[in-house]
Amino acid sequence: MKDILRIKGIEKYYGTKSSLTKAIDDISFDVKEGEFTAIMGASGSGKTTLLNCISTIDKVTSGHIYVGDIDITKLKGNELNKFRREELGFIFQDFNLLDTLTAFENIALALSIQNISSSEIENRVNKVVNDLDIKSVMDKYPYQMSGGQKQRVASARAIITNPKLVLADEPTGALDSKSSKKLLESFNYLNKEFNATILMVTHDAFTASYANRVIFIKDGKIFSEINKGDGNRKEFFDKIIDVVTLLGGDVNNAL
Amino acid sequence: MLYKLSLKNIRKSFKDYAIYFFTLVLGVCIFYVFNAIESQTVMMNVSSSTKKIIELMNYMMNAVSVFVSFVLGFLIIYASRFLIKRRNKEFGIYLTLGMGKRKISKILLIETIFIGLISLFVGLTLGVLLSQFMSLLVANMFEADLTRFRFIFSHSACVKTLIYFGIIYLVVALFNVVTISKCKLIDLINSSKKQEKVKMKNPIICTIVFLISSIMLGYAYYIVTAGVDMLDKMIKILIPVGLGTISTFLIIWSLSGLILRIVMAVKKLYFRGLNSFVLRQISSKINTTVMQMGIICLMIFVTICVLSSALSLKNSMTQNLVTLVPVDIQFVKILDRNEGDKVLIDDSKISIVETLERADFNVKDYFKDIVEVTIYSSNDIKIKTTLGEYYEIAKSKYPMLSYDSSESFIKLSDYNKLARLYGKDQLILNDDEYIVLSDFESWAAIRDEALKRDVNINLSGVNYKPKYDECLDGFVYMSPNHINTGLFVFPDNALNGIIREKSLLAANYNVESDEEKQKIEDIIMALDENKYISKIELDAVSKIAMYGASVGLGACVTFIGIYLGIIFLISSAAILALRELSDSSDNKERYRMIRKLGADEKMINKALFKQTAIFFGFPLVLSIIHSIFGIMFCNYILETFGNQKLFISIVMTALVLIIIYGGYFVITYSVSKNIIKD
Repeated sequence: MKDILRIKGIEKYYGTKSSLTKAIDDISFDVKEGEFTAIMGASGSGKTTLLNCISTIDKVTSGHIYVGDIDITKLKGNELNKFRREELGFIFQDFNLLDTLTAFENIALALSIQNISSSEIENRVNKVVNDLDIKSVMDKYPYQMSGGQKQRVASARAIITNPKLVLADEPTGALDSKSSKKLLESFNYLNKEFNATILMVTHDAFTASYANRVIFIKDGKIFSEINKGDGNRKEFFDKIIDVVTLLGGDVNNAL
Repeated sequence: MLYKLSLKNIRKSFKDYAIYFFTLVLGVCIFYVFNAIESQTVMMNVSSSTKKIIELMNYMMNAVSVFVSFVLGFLIIYASRFLIKRRNKEFGIYLTLGMGKRKISKILLIETIFIGLISLFVGLTLGVLLSQFMSLLVANMFEADLTRFRFIFSHSACVKTLIYFGIIYLVVALFNVVTISKCKLIDLINSSKKQEKVKMKNPIICTIVFLISSIMLGYAYYIVTAGVDMLDKMIKILIPVGLGTISTFLIIWSLSGLILRIVMAVKKLYFRGLNSFVLRQISSKINTTVMQMGIICLMIFVTICVLSSALSLKNSMTQNLVTLVPVDIQFVKILDRNEGDKVLIDDSKISIVETLERADFNVKDYFKDIVEVTIYSSNDIKIKTTLGEYYEIAKSKYPMLSYDSSESFIKLSDYNKLARLYGKDQLILNDDEYIVLSDFESWAAIRDEALKRDVNINLSGVNYKPKYDECLDGFVYMSPNHINTGLFVFPDNALNGIIREKSLLAANYNVESDEEKQKIEDIIMALDENKYISKIELDAVSKIAMYGASVGLGACVTFIGIYLGIIFLISSAAILALRELSDSSDNKERYRMIRKLGADEKMINKALFKQTAIFFGFPLVLSIIHSIFGIMFCNYILETFGNQKLFISIVMTALVLIIIYGGYFVITYSVSKNIIKD
């Protein structure tokens, strides 16, 4: 399988020379097509900065990020916007649904921004919503939906454009455990059925255990990396907990 | 420390303050300009009758200014409330840091004073500049000497502006203190989190309401234009006004739901780019502001009508005078009375010249070009007689006209004498012909129809036929307006033995300079107290008085109309702008999400532009449609004042609209662009 995302020695510094903060300190890793990767770390470890750099919301200080064959650190202005809307899908902690639009329109907006014809929009939306079990809320507004439903609508919006890479920033952060579980199961479904490549940032070991692979970050560096391999989710969860314990007290309170 | 914080706040949120500042500056500027008119008129060299009108105008202007200051006061309070709302979070932070409400009030007070001072300074500077142009207009309005133009700074207007706005700022500051002392910390901190509930209106109800209100509006339009004859009583004007007002609100209510539904049904349009988002934004906003939108729409409508007719009113009023008032003085008195005092009856047998001599006023001493003519009338010949066959048609078409009044006649030689004096063409008649003179357009049109039908008139057993198949333009009585509904010119012999109705004397003063003319005018005015004249009835109209009154009245109405119109416009545009900006924090969130979805800046700016433009354009378009019919109606009403130069007025109105309304639109767009950026 080919690499969708290649990160080559990126660094991100904040501040001036006299007081330098290294939010990311020489991180390199690859993500293969169809992989479901989680990035774990305590708050302040640099995981959100990493995600922001990949999603082109932030710029790296040095190093390169390749999505497919494009070096996104070289993109500028409208190329960035084009890249973002065509190659990436986003899922945010606070859903980021537009409160004035219905669920259907929220999902459709991601496509209409790309100037896709209305008939195709309808086909594509209908296909995804069936799979994510949100057909019943299509005509509802965000304030009429539960958190889990909102996040699944947001997931549908992220996946609908067939992005190369889906970036999820603490997607279960605002959900109760039952909704979290359902959302993560749908991530697994999207990952398997649509062959979606998902990169998820979380500090929650339970959430991370749904991924195939977990990368741990501490103080801007990769601390460790584990793969699910052939074991089941429970075994993987235990493995993650072990690493978290190793990481130190920082993450303990997150459990 | 507080002082520094305030200054920094202003600098930081300068863009937020833009609308507030713009409103203040405009308010101060307009207030000064219109109050400075008083000082400008004092400098002008005008006749005493014009001076009286100017006095009246200044008095009215003062009264209107009080009203205007109230309007502006409310507007400024409204705007400052918006600013406080915008900064809720900032105040929340101050409060959590332990700053007292008193201190926050102080910060606001310093800011208010600071902004107030700057806006007063800028507004007054602009006002002084603008009032120089205004003084040209003022001089032109009152037909005063323009050669002595000079820079005028009105101390009284300046002081007045300072006092009025000082009070307004004081009230605003008080209001801010109250608002701050009332608010709760939890609300301040949570203020940005607001979930919009979207309610869709029932499309069937919307359609029905829309259809009904369209019919109502159409009927109102019909009444004021084609069906204007139905408005024979003043009170009936309330019908179209009421219908128009109600239907305006209903149309806005129904359209905001309907347009969304319609566009949603056209999926190709709805799901293109950010259209769905923009449309939802607007419809939710219009949904919640139907009342405001309606009021604003009506206010713009009134503004457009007032501005365009105020500007053309003066044009029409004075333009007519050049032709309508050709001589310096005209006396009219009724001849051959049968009732009343002996003195009155006796006097009605003699000519005006003799009457004046009895009052020790020798016409030869003061007048030149003296022409005295007699107007005749006959009880047998009424309007319905002279209309001939056309009478029945006219009656069914214009039922409210009176067709039973007697017609008036004049001898050909008499008219030609007057015509020579008035600078009109001489008329020629055969022995069996007559001519009709009229300058009242609608009446002239009726008479033209009758003349086309070749109506013969029988006077003392002789038949006379019309020389022309239409009326000629002409009059004998001086008046500021075209009021000659019809005067018949007959050969001299024809009127022998016909009843004398009135005598009319027209003359010029036998002096050249304006001052000397004014002196003669004063002597004539003093005749009212004369022992003989006070016992009889003699009407006099003079050129000087008529110009003064007409010019003054026109100018008076024009200035007050423009003043109020502009204030209305500022108010409605400012309210609209603040409405649009008040939801900016919600919009900021929404636009941020869209940006994350990958929409580029161009797309977002376009969406924002569309949103702002439609929000501003919606009430404007509706009010412009209203105005088309409104102006037509004004035109009809003002018709008695003569044909006006409407086009120039409309261009001027459009210019004012573009500057003020457009200014608010541009500022709103750029401020909201700024808000969604950070």
